[in-house]
Amino acid sequence: MAEVLVYVDHVDGAVRKPTLELLTLARRVGEPVAVALGGGAGDTAATLAEHGAVKVLTHEAAEYADYLVVPKVDALQAAVAAVSPAAVLVPSSAEGKEIAARLALRLGSGVITDAVDLEAGDEGPVATQSVFAAAFTTKSRVSKGTPVITVKPNSAAVEAAPAAGAVEALSVTFSAAATGTKVTSRTPRESTGRPELTEAAIVVSGGRGVNGAENFAIIEALADSLGAAVGASRAAVDAGWYPHTNQVGQTGKSVSPQLYIASGISGAIQHRAGMQTSKTIVAINKDAEAPIFELVDYGVVGDLFDVVPQLTEEVKTRKG
Amino acid sequence: MSLRIVVTVKYVPDATGDRHFADDLTVDRDDVDGLLSELDEYAVEQALQISENSDDDVEVTVLTVGPVDAKDALRKALSMGADKAIHVEDDDLHGTDAIGTSLVLAKAVEKAGYDLVVSGMASTDGTMGVVPALLAERLGVPQVTLLSEVSVEGGVVKGRRDGDSATEQLEASLPAVVSVTDQSGEARYPSFKGIMAAKKKPVQSWDLSDLDIDEDEVGLENAYTVVESATERPARTAGTIVKDEGEGGKQLAEFLAGQKFI
Repeated sequence: MAEVLVYVDHVDGAVRKPTLELLTLARRVGEPVAVALGGGAGDTAATLAEHGAVKVLTHEAAEYADYLVVPKVDALQAAVAAVSPAAVLVPSSAEGKEIAARLALRLGSGVITDAVDLEAGDEGPVATQSVFAAAFTTKSRVSKGTPVITVKPNSAAVEAAPAAGAVEALSVTFSAAATGTKVTSRTPRESTGRPELTEAAIVVSGGRGVNGAENFAIIEALADSLGAAVGASRAAVDAGWYPHTNQVGQTGKSVSPQLYIASGISGAIQHRAGMQTSKTIVAINKDAEAPIFELVDYGVVGDLFDVVPQLTEEVKTRKG
Repeated sequence: MSLRIVVTVKYVPDATGDRHFADDLTVDRDDVDGLLSELDEYAVEQALQISENSDDDVEVTVLTVGPVDAKDALRKALSMGADKAIHVEDDDLHGTDAIGTSLVLAKAVEKAGYDLVVSGMASTDGTMGVVPALLAERLGVPQVTLLSEVSVEGGVVKGRRDGDSATEQLEASLPAVVSVTDQSGEARYPSFKGIMAAKKKPVQSWDLSDLDIDEDEVGLENAYTVVESATERPARTAGTIVKDEGEGGKQLAEFLAGQKFI
């Protein structure tokens, strides 16, 4: 069976969930071989093996942290040369997409980004994408070279599938371009203790109707009662009420959780683009004419300052 | 010293319009009005600010690859304050994918001459966000992408990238490719004076032969990816909508419990 390279997104050896989802999808197309780079790369092996990696290629070097993107492209190119895979899968983060694109160009291959599903096809992997603010679903494949495909978080269930996970050191020679863009400082974002927005099973978002940074506390309280991530519409972010990293929409994050709760969000096309593929959609809005209600499975026309706290209390009571 | 900035922009179908696919599964551009991609306005804005903050002699050129109407996007950028424009237009470009587009942009940028390329973070239609990285790879220059702040001084570009897990300060020597996010600063509106001045600014038109690109390197048939099908997402079935009469939160909790979310 052909091997499939999976680029591992990890923090000091702790593998992030989208990579485990990729391993599930990779098994549909071939035998997953994981590529883990940077500090703690070797520590990823046990987790990756539990989820189906037959082999884990590792390489640790300061360049991965000190310079932007290109060292990782160099390493993946070396891995492709070593393995000759049937496809390369990369998580669809902003950086993941840049890595995938540059790798594809070097390989003379096509690149598909933001796949939401992947299946084996007669002429290589077929990727499902959700386009035009999720108004259309397309199926595409790479027609030249080794398919390089980035996959969005929450596109597959994480399945355990024990495999050998044999660790091998990858030999990497960095290109002249590798040190072109220096990372002169890095300030880690303070953890809120809440799940990552793009990975969360439940997302609770606030918009213009929240009417102030201080009022986001009631959105956060609902999120915490449900173990959810907090999102914000562009209007709320542009007003400075919530950080841009939490923005859901065309120019922010696109999310696809099991449950999406929109509070005080009208549902402009730009916002819909970022959340329309959520499995269950709930909205709370004073304006019965708000376009968000066209999307909902359940909507409450009412003041979020009444409805949201009542819902939070009820969730807490029911969860005991 | 002089600094040559090329801003790459895209003419896109209006996202608030009813976007569709044509029979060949490319974007149907006849059905919806086009405009300068909103995310590229941020790129034009940052190029103009770099120019205004510089002691050097700065020239800002806007570049687009697209159909005849794409001139509207160039005109908008010129009316914001860009100095001149280049339009790459050729019938053989129809259906070109991101890899092919990066080739055309790279050849055009090289022909125009540049010290700095500034792009938006993504187009608002394809939303792949890969062209700036591809362009840097093609040109063999550093990429300093997804910046919420950017500055140029003494042949060095610096910027701030707000990522998911960290904020990074980046630095590279020119020439380089930069992309900016919608957090980089509100784009200016063209003034009446700017709109009038734009009419007199030069717009050059180049085709594939001007760029020494063969027709078999671009276009739908030579794309590196194939769209096999495009299906309209079925309309969501109408959900339950209740009016809050004092129990709205409890009713919603009941629904969530029924769906096993609580």
